This record gives sequence, C-alpha cells and structure tokens, in this order.
Amino acid sequence: MDKLIAAKSEPLWNTNNKVISIIGGLVVLLFALPLVGLNSFYLHLFIMIFMHAVMAQSWNVIAGFSGQISLGHGAFFGIGAYATSFFYMEYGITPWVSILFGMFISGVFAVLIGIPMLRLSGHYFAIATLLIGISFQVVFQRWDLVGAASGLWVTMTPEDSWIALQFHSSKVPYYYIFLFFFLISFFAVWVLSRSKLGYRLRAVRDDPQAASSLCINVANYKIIAYVISAMIMAPMGSLFAQYILIIDPDRVFNIEISIIVLLITVLGGIGNVWGPIIGASILIPISEYSRIYLGGTGGAVDLILYGLILMIICVFRPNGLISFIPKNILERKKQR
Amino acid sequence: MTSEIILQAIVTGLMMGLIYALIAAGLSLIFGLMEIVNFAHGEHLMLSMFSSFWLWSLFGLDPLFSIPITILLMAFCGVLTHYFLIRYILKAKMLIQICATFGLSIFIRSIAQLLWTPDFRNVDKPLLEGRIELGSVFIGQPQLYASLVCLVAFIGLYLFVTKTETGLALQATAQDRHAAEVLGIPSNKMFAIGWAIGLGCVGVAGGMMANYFFIFTDVGINFALFAFVAVALGGFGSIIGCLYAGIIIGLVESLGGLLIDPSFKLLYVFVIYLLVVIYKPQGLFGRY
Repeated sequence: MDKLIAAKSEPLWNTNNKVISIIGGLVVLLFALPLVGLNSFYLHLFIMIFMHAVMAQSWNVIAGFSGQISLGHGAFFGIGAYATSFFYMEYGITPWVSILFGMFISGVFAVLIGIPMLRLSGHYFAIATLLIGISFQVVFQRWDLVGAASGLWVTMTPEDSWIALQFHSSKVPYYYIFLFFFLISFFAVWVLSRSKLGYRLRAVRDDPQAASSLCINVANYKIIAYVISAMIMAPMGSLFAQYILIIDPDRVFNIEISIIVLLITVLGGIGNVWGPIIGASILIPISEYSRIYLGGTGGAVDLILYGLILMIICVFRPNGLISFIPKNILERKKQR
Repeated sequence: MTSEIILQAIVTGLMMGLIYALIAAGLSLIFGLMEIVNFAHGEHLMLSMFSSFWLWSLFGLDPLFSIPITILLMAFCGVLTHYFLIRYILKAKMLIQICATFGLSIFIRSIAQLLWTPDFRNVDKPLLEGRIELGSVFIGQPQLYASLVCLVAFIGLYLFVTKTETGLALQATAQDRHAAEVLGIPSNKMFAIGWAIGLGCVGVAGGMMANYFFIFTDVGINFALFAFVAVALGGFGSIIGCLYAGIIIGLVESLGGLLIDPSFKLLYVFVIYLLVVIYKPQGLFGRY
C-alpha cells in the first residue's frame, strides 16, 4: 500500500537522472542525424522505425495497458490514410488539417466499435477485431467514392510543398515530421502511463472485478483506451499516405499491419512504454534488410521471420526483450 | 426471385455449413481441452488441402482415396504443434497464447508461400465430378459428398468423445486437468491426442474440399474466420454447438449473398456473431 501511494504521488520528472540524460542525448542525436548526410535508404529505415514504433505504441495502449487484444488495428491506420488523401483530393484540404479529421473519424469509429465489442472479453474480442479489420478492407474494396479496389492516387504537387505535405526531392522533411510525431506520441503515452488513467487501465487489465469494486467503470475505461489507441494510430496512416502518395485497400487495410504492431510490441515488451521502441528498432531493420537480400519475389521471407520470432518470444521471453533490462532503471528512481 | 433460387441457396448454405461445422469442431475440441484458440487453424486447413493436392499431383492419388493419408499427416502435424509450441505456453497468459498461435499461422502461411508460390491450383478431373438435379435444385456432386463425409466425420467425432474411454478421458481433462491427473489420466498425452483429433477433422474437411475448391496459400483465412465465429456462436468447447452454428453460418452466408449483396458475405456473418456474443456471451451451447 505504501508503495502504491508513493508511486502515485511521484512527479513525472522524478526519473533517474542518468536515464533522462541518455534519452535527451538520443533525441538530440536523432535530430542531428540527417545533417550528417544519411543516404535515402537510411532515412527511409528511420522513418519506418518511427512509424512502426508509434503504431505499436498505439496497440500497446489497448493491449498492454487495458489488456484487450485487438487483431484488427490496421483499420484505424487505413481510416487515417484515406481521410487525408480523400479530403485533399476532393476538397483540397491540407493534410495538416485532415490528419485531425482522420483522428476524429478513427475516434468516432473506436467508440462505435467499442461500445458493443468491449463488453466482450478475451478471445471473443480478439476474434471480433479480426473480423473488423477484414470487414474494413472488404468495404473499402467495394466503395466507389474512395476509388474501390484501385485506391486513391494523391495528386502530386509539381514542387515540394509543406502545405500539401509532399516532398519529392528529399526525404529529410519526412524524417523530421515522423520524428516529431514519434516524440509527441511517446511523450503522450508516457504521461498516460503514469497518470491516474493509466493506473486505472492497468487495474482493469489485471483484475476487472476488483477494479469495478473500486468504482472503476470497466467498460468505459476500455472504451477510453480504445479511442486513445485509435487516435494515435490514425495520424500514422495519414503520414504514411503522404509518404507513399498511393493508397489502396490492400495496402493500408492489410492484415499485415495488424500483425506487425502486435509483433513489435510483444517483441519489445508488452505493457511497457519502451517496449515498442525496442521492438521497432530491432524488427524493422531486420525486415527491411531481409526484404532487400532475401525477398522481393513474393517469397515472404520477412513474414517467415516474423512468425518465427513471435513464437520464440512467446515461448522463451513472454515479457519481451525489455525484461533483459533491470526493472528499476527505466521505470522510476530506485526504491529508497 | 423465385422460391427455387432461394431453395438452391438454402441447399448450398447447408452443404457449406456442414463443412464449417467440422472445421469448427476441431477448433472447439482443442479450445475445450486447454483453453487455447488455434489461430493457425486456417493454415492447417490449407496444409491439408495442399497435402491432398500434392498426393494427387505427384502420385496420381485421387483426393477421395488420399483422405486417410491426409488425416494421418494432419494428426501428426497436430502432435508436432503440441510438442514444439503449445506445451510451452499452456500456463502463459492468454495474450501470449494468442500471439504464439498467431505467429504459427503467419509462419506456416509464409513458408507455404515460399515453397509453393501464391498460385491458384486445382485438382484436375477428380473422380467426383458433375452435378445432380433434384427437381429444380442443382447439387454439385463433390460439394454434396464433401458435406456428407463431413457430417459422418462429425457424428463419428461426437460418438468418439461421448462414448469411448479415450473420449471420456478427454472430457475429464477438459473439465478439470488436475482432477483428471489424480485419476491417472496424463493430461499432456490427452492434449496431444486432442490436437491430433482436432487437426484430423481439418484433414477430412480439407481433403474433401480439395475436390472442388481452388487451392492456394491464403485459402484458410476465410474458413478459419467462419470457424472462429462458429465456435464462439456454438459456445467455446461445445462440439454439438458447432454443428448448429456451422449450419447457421452457412445459411446466413448463402442467403445473405443471394438477397443482399454477395460481396459482403463476411459482414453478415460478422453481424450474426456480434449479436450472439453480445446477448449470449457463452454462445448457444457453451459452458464458458
């Protein structure tokens, strides 16, 4: 009990000073990296790491914090991607605004999906989300307004443009945009994990009955977590759409997206803010390199690796790679 | 829209439903035993269809005769799955169990894609061909026999689980692992048997479907989804529930496709699933 109160009253910044300085150093390093003159493959690698880390973090909020396993999280990624491209092409609205639209639409969908579905628990919820993910793909493949199966080809601006969020000459602006969103999302989730809301979500995860006996409305908190998670996921879809400029249902609603966020989080450490970073920075380079050297001909070698890694982690290290790091270093100051 | 077309859709749905029922029964048996959902079930179905295909294409064995071999292969595959993966995660959290079988499904599917490429294949000129005309309803022979074989296999499975000693031991393990162990029923062996039988069911369904269905690496996804739905609908762990649920799903799929729009088949099944699990979370016949 004493520990619990101490944990609650601990201010946000009361983390080990060494850890803060290491993190600060890393952030500065990340900002400085493009100045060194990375070639565009490495920029792409970093962009993918940032993007997947945020996507995994979004999944971490619903699965790690509130304990609901969503196997169809790609749906929100797709909604975000379609929102920016559609509004830009139809009404000329700048992606900066329609990212917010995407977040909003995803949030609304999360509420609509969440109200009936989060009453389900465990396997029932997992199967339902699997169906949701595929339903979105099916609906968008048939929906003529958004280009049906051929998708949307974003109209290109002749030159680089911050308003249209398109850069053709260099990947550096994308790098900074993704880095910015990466930092914001992680900071938000970090704050969330240490806020009252975060503690309540974990209470819901660990013991729903005990939580509801403490006047925590279990269903409501699950919905809140689902909405937050969806709203973190959607901007990544939007930015990804701006990054590749062609989106179609098979790409942005692909079940592979739902798989990879799960894989990254489980690999890094589920329920931990740092898990997705570790997972993404290990898995994405593996996948990009294996695609270069092994795949490319529909061989799906990277998927074989994903499946294998997922099984090995589940059997030998169910808490993810983060469990190799002593607990007290990252989370909070050493117990006095 | 005449009554004949609707009758045709009902017959088609019924035949599909019996196949879903058998696939779901395997899933349900495994879940009932160790409370693990086999998310690789569709991939196991795909493997059994490919086994049927390769036996035909390499040795000229008709899918009808290769079924025993397919069943044995799948049962062996089930034992392997249990031995190399499942027994390590029996005590793990549900999340880890889901991730592990999900990982297995990705692994099997992508290995198959690497080995056999994602091409569509089919068995050319199987013994079962043609169709029967019953009044105004056309019934494809392979479909008819597939569903009949599945029904027989289903009844066999049901009798096995409820009447034989091994079946009763399986049930005992499903009800209380530790109590069953006290009575001298080795739970680990029972789990392996459960996996063998569960995937054996898939072997029957896959082997019969190889007669008329296209065989490709992603074939299992839709069947597995419907099997998940059937298991949840019938109640996790209930075998007889799978039969009813499978038939309901088959009918909803074909009637919905006929009356509304065939491209949204999945959505109708999904709506049924949501309605059932929200109003009756333990399913129609479930004990969980």
